Amino acid sequence: MQSARNRVLIILALVLLSAWSLLPKSIPDPADPTRETQVSAINFGLDLAGGMHLAVEIDDPDGTLTDATRADAINRTLTTIRNRIDEFGVREPTIQKVGTDRIIVELAGIDDPERATQIVERTAFLEFKLVREDDGFRDALPRIDRGIVAVVGVAALAPAPVEDTAPGLEDLLGGAPSDSAADEAAGDTIQSDGPIGQAEPERRPLTGLLLESGLPGMFLVAEQDVPTVEGFLALDTVVALIPRATELRWGARPTSVGSASYRELYVLNADALLTGDRLEDAGPAARDPNFNTPYVPFQTTRQGARIFERGTSRNVGRYMAIVLDGKVQSAPTINETLSRRAQITMGSGATFQEAQDLALVLRAGALPMPIKIVERRTVSPSLGQDAIDAGKLAGIIGIIGVVLVMVWYYRLAGVMAVIALSAYLLFVLGALAGLQATLTLPGIAGLILSIGMAVDANVLIFERIREETDAGKTPRTAVENGFAEALSAIVDANLTTLITAGILYQFGTGPVRGFAVTLSIGIMASFFTALFVTRTLFLIYLERRSPADPLSI
Amino acid sequence: MRLFRNAKFDVLGSRRRAYILSGFAIVIGIFSITVHKGLRFGVDFTGGTLFEVEFSQPTSVGALRDAMSATGLENAQIQQFGASNDYLIRVPLFEQESGESVVESVRSALTQAYGADGEAWTSRTDAVGPRVGRELQRGAFLAILISFALTLVYLAFRFEWRFGVAAIIATAHDILITFGFISLFNVEITLTTVAAILTIVGYSLNDTIVVFDRIRENIRKYRKDAYVDLLNRSVNETLPRTVLTSGTTVMTLLALFVLGGQVVRPFALVLILGVVIGTFSSIFVASPVLLEIENRSGHATETAKKSR
Repeated sequence: MQSARNRVLIILALVLLSAWSLLPKSIPDPADPTRETQVSAINFGLDLAGGMHLAVEIDDPDGTLTDATRADAINRTLTTIRNRIDEFGVREPTIQKVGTDRIIVELAGIDDPERATQIVERTAFLEFKLVREDDGFRDALPRIDRGIVAVVGVAALAPAPVEDTAPGLEDLLGGAPSDSAADEAAGDTIQSDGPIGQAEPERRPLTGLLLESGLPGMFLVAEQDVPTVEGFLALDTVVALIPRATELRWGARPTSVGSASYRELYVLNADALLTGDRLEDAGPAARDPNFNTPYVPFQTTRQGARIFERGTSRNVGRYMAIVLDGKVQSAPTINETLSRRAQITMGSGATFQEAQDLALVLRAGALPMPIKIVERRTVSPSLGQDAIDAGKLAGIIGIIGVVLVMVWYYRLAGVMAVIALSAYLLFVLGALAGLQATLTLPGIAGLILSIGMAVDANVLIFERIREETDAGKTPRTAVENGFAEALSAIVDANLTTLITAGILYQFGTGPVRGFAVTLSIGIMASFFTALFVTRTLFLIYLERRSPADPLSI
Repeated sequence: MRLFRNAKFDVLGSRRRAYILSGFAIVIGIFSITVHKGLRFGVDFTGGTLFEVEFSQPTSVGALRDAMSATGLENAQIQQFGASNDYLIRVPLFEQESGESVVESVRSALTQAYGADGEAWTSRTDAVGPRVGRELQRGAFLAILISFALTLVYLAFRFEWRFGVAAIIATAHDILITFGFISLFNVEITLTTVAAILTIVGYSLNDTIVVFDRIRENIRKYRKDAYVDLLNRSVNETLPRTVLTSGTTVMTLLALFVLGGQVVRPFALVLILGVVIGTFSSIFVASPVLLEIENRSGHATETAKKSR
C-alpha cells in the first residue's frame, strides 16, 4: 500500500504540473507593449492560428556569387529581416536560416500577408539622384532607334510592336493619379504635341512610344507600351548607346491623364547624391497638409549630412529623384541646401500605409542584395479556427467511442484504462505547452490517432492478464505477469514508432514537424500511463477487492 | 466480453488465399496508377500555386474563371470542393513570366471581383517554387527509405534478421497497396500525405512486432512444436489485441474523417486505409512471409525442420 500511495502522489504531481502548464499565459500585447494579453498556453501552428510562411533566398539568377559572399549576404539579410519584423510587431515570429542559403520567416495570426511579404521582400535600397536636364539622351534617340531597327528588324516592328506580355494587373486596376511635379504640365503637352515622332513608326520604335512630359529629363509611356519599352531598353545595343553617366528609371506608380494611364520614365544621373546606407533614422510617416500626399521624414548620419550638403547646395532649383529599389518615388525640386533632416515625398498615388511601411524598412535597413521568395504559404485566421473546432469535435467523438468500447470490453479494467487515457491526454497537452511545441493540423490528427494507439498498450497488458487468469494464476500473479510479459512488445512497438516520428521530424517542416512532435510526445506519454498509471490503479484495485471475487477484466 | 477467445484459425494454412488477395489489390493499384498516368502529386512536390478559397457568398466556377481572366493565368484549374462556397484554384506556376508572384495576382483578382480578403473570402494558399518542390520530393523519398532502413536495423538487433526482413516485406506490401488506393481514390500526394504514409509505416510495424514478439516467446516456450503451429498459435493469441487496437484506432480516425473538415479528410482517409491494410498484413502477410523465409533458409532452425 505504501508503494501505491507514492505512485498516486507522483501521478498527482504530474497531473498538477500538466494542468499548471496549460493555464493561459500573459504576454505583452504586441499592439500595445504596456498592456498584457492572455493567450492559450499551447502554441498553434500557422495552419491553425492563420498566418504566413515564407522561404527566401538571395536572388542570384546567374549563380555568380561565391559561397563566402552568399553566406555573408544571408547572415546580413537575416538580421535585417529580424529588425523589420520586430518593428512590424508580430507575436513570436520565427525567422531562421535553414541550410546554407535559405531563410524561413513564419508569422502567425497576421491577416494581411501581402503587406507582410512586401516588408520582408523589399530590398529598400534608397538613392537620391539628380534628374538630367541636358539633351544627351534626347540626342542619342535617333541612334537608339536605328539600333533597335537593326537588331529587331523593320518587319517585326510594323505596324506597331505588340508584346504578348499583358500589362501587370496592378497597372490594369490603375492607381489614383500620381502627383509628380510634372503631372499637369504633362497632360497639356500630350494633348497638344502627341508622340515625338509620328511618321514611319516602324523606323522610330522607341521614340514613337515616348511622350513628352513637358519637363526635361522625364518622358511618359502609355501603360500598355511599358513592356515593349522595357524590352527595347534591355537590348545590348541600346544599353551601349545610352550616354555615359546616364541611367533610365521608371516611376513607381502609374500616372493618370484623363482616362489613360501612363508611366513616367526618368533620365537620371547614374551617380547618386546620397544612398540609404547613410540614413540614421526614418519616420514616423506623415501627410503633407497642402497636397494630401504622404511623406517620410528621415535623418542622415553626420557624414551623410556633409555629403548631402555638398551635393544639394550646388544644385538648388534642379529636380532630384528619390529612387527606391530602382523605381522613382517622386522627383521634387531642390528648394534649398539639404542637410541632416529631409523628407521623402511619395506622390499622391501612395497610401499612408505605404509611407509607414517605407519608414519601417528604412529604419530597419536595406537588404544587402535583392532576395527572391521560393516558397509561400498562407492561411486565413478564420479558416484555422474552423480547423481547430473540427479537430476538437472529432477528438471528443473519437474519445467517447474509445471509452465506450473499453468499458464494454474490459469492464472495471476498462474504466482504469479510461482513467489512464484521461491522464494521458492531460500529460500530452501539458507537455506540448511546457515544451513550447507547436500544435498543427496534422498534429491534432496525430493526437487523435495516438488516442487510438494509447489504448494499445493497455490492451496488450489486459490481454496478457486474461491469458494468465485463463492459465489458472491467482489475480495478483496474473496482474504481475501480465505487465511483465507485455513489456517487451510495448517497448519494441513504441520504439519503432518513435524512429518513424524522428525521421518525420528531420524531414518535415511546419505542419509535418508538428505532427512528429505530437506523435513522439504521445508515444512517450502512452508508455508512461500504460505502465505506471494503469499499474497503480491495478495495485489499488487488488488491495480493495475481496480476495474471493474474480478480476473484473 | 471477449472476442476470439482461444481462436484456432489456420491462418498459415490459408496463406495462399491471402497472397492472392494481396496480389489482386496490388494489381488493381498498379492498374489505377497506370490509368491515371502516375500518382497525382500536389504543389508541394511539383511546384506551383494552390488556392483554397472559401467565399462568404455563393459563386460559380464560371464567375471565378471570369474573375481570374484578368491575371492572364489561362491554365488555372478551378474546381468546387466540399461545401458549396469552397473552391480550389490550381496554377502550375510559382511566378508569372514577368516575375510577379501568382499568389499576389490571384489575390488581387479575387479582391477586385469579390471584395476584401478576410470579409468576402478567406483562403489557404500553398505556393512552392520549382527548386523547393524538387527538394521536398527528394526529402520525402529519403524519409521513407531511411525509416525502412532504420527499422530493419532495429529489428535485426532486437530479433533476428529473418524477422526484420519479414517485417519490412509486410510493410512494403502495405505501402504499395496504400499507394494503389491513393491513386484509386485520386488523393493528391502532399507533404501531409507523406506524413500519413510514414505513420502507416510505424503503425504497420507496430502491429507486426506485437505478433513477432509473441512468436519469439513461443519459440522458447514450445520448442517441440512445428514452426507452422507456432506461428498459427502466435497469430491467434494476439488476434484479440490486433482487432481491438485496430478497431479503436480506425474508430478515432473515422471521427476525424467525418468531422475533421476538408483539409484533414484525405489525411484521415490514407490513415484509415493504411491501418486496415496494416492489420491485414500483420495477420496474413508478416507471419506467412516469415514461414517462407524459414522454409527457404539454409540455416533452418530445429523447429523449422520439423515443419517441412
